[in-house]
Amino acid sequence: MTTRIVELRRGILKKNDELARELRARFTTAGVLVLNLVSSPGTGKTAFLERTLRTLREGGARAAALVGDLETDNDARRLAASGAPVRQINTHGICHLEAEMVGKHLEGWDLAELDYLFIENVGNLVCPSSYDLGERIRVALLSVTEGEDKPLKYPTLFNSSDAAVITKMDIAEAVGFERETALKNINEIRPGIRIFETSAKTGAGMTEWLEYLTQQRGGAS
Amino acid sequence: MHELSIVMSVVDSVTESLMARPELLAGGARVKQVRLRVGVLSAVVEDSLQFCYGIATEGTPLAGSTLVINVLPVVGRCETCATDVEIESLQSFRCPRCHEPVGDLRQGRELEIESIEIEDPEEAVKK
Repeated sequence: MTTRIVELRRGILKKNDELARELRARFTTAGVLVLNLVSSPGTGKTAFLERTLRTLREGGARAAALVGDLETDNDARRLAASGAPVRQINTHGICHLEAEMVGKHLEGWDLAELDYLFIENVGNLVCPSSYDLGERIRVALLSVTEGEDKPLKYPTLFNSSDAAVITKMDIAEAVGFERETALKNINEIRPGIRIFETSAKTGAGMTEWLEYLTQQRGGAS
Repeated sequence: MHELSIVMSVVDSVTESLMARPELLAGGARVKQVRLRVGVLSAVVEDSLQFCYGIATEGTPLAGSTLVINVLPVVGRCETCATDVEIESLQSFRCPRCHEPVGDLRQGRELEIESIEIEDPEEAVKK
């Protein structure tokens, strides 16, 4: 039987990766620090982001957000209360955001007028790991109610993240959160990653988080 | 569960390559196999890719072909041992020799179309 092998050597997500590269170049030129927030549904991404946006704006920084969900613009409306420019991306069933969706929803925004852009991904700990959105920092979030072994269960996401945020620290004691175990597990999957222990309710850990953002932005421009 | 979109990207991408090089399927040759390289950290499930493949290739030049997935382990740089090491478990990103953490990964996130195998028509008919 005659068969021929033809080498193709192409990235399966080449189109997404190319678009993400273009976006990253635009973000760098504009001097805006872009973060991609990923977690399961219910971790508290939106509450964490609300507090972040509000605090940044109080400090005079210019921050905006894109927020992904399958349906509804509930999160965008919540976040817009901070006064920051916010746009909702509805994926209508798709389990993750893609670079093209981000690019499309940036139309009409002057990126040079922004210091920070947060992209709140669809609540999902698996699929978003494959898709580069052009962000500079990928943040994995985990709440104290989810179980300390979450990083071990979802290593693909935690390993590809640049920072980890633990949310809802205000109820850590009530739910028997084993802090040391959680920190150890995150470090097993992504050695040396920066970890922030936060509460959107009390503001715990927000100072360190905002210092980190300022530092990272400094490094970006 | 984004395997269907991954498989559809594979089908689109290979079809595009075939359109760009019509000589590949000249004279009625057909695609027999599509080979992928998929890192274990790529967040896709092999069985789901296989499950979607038959449906996604229907009515395309890839119809009837099989999908072969070459799964790549995670390889990282151990600074202590000054060598590249294979990470055996996704539960712990540590060097299997010295047990120090391994941060710098060299392999494991691949999501690539490696090659296609094309079968020539005369042979296919004989068979």
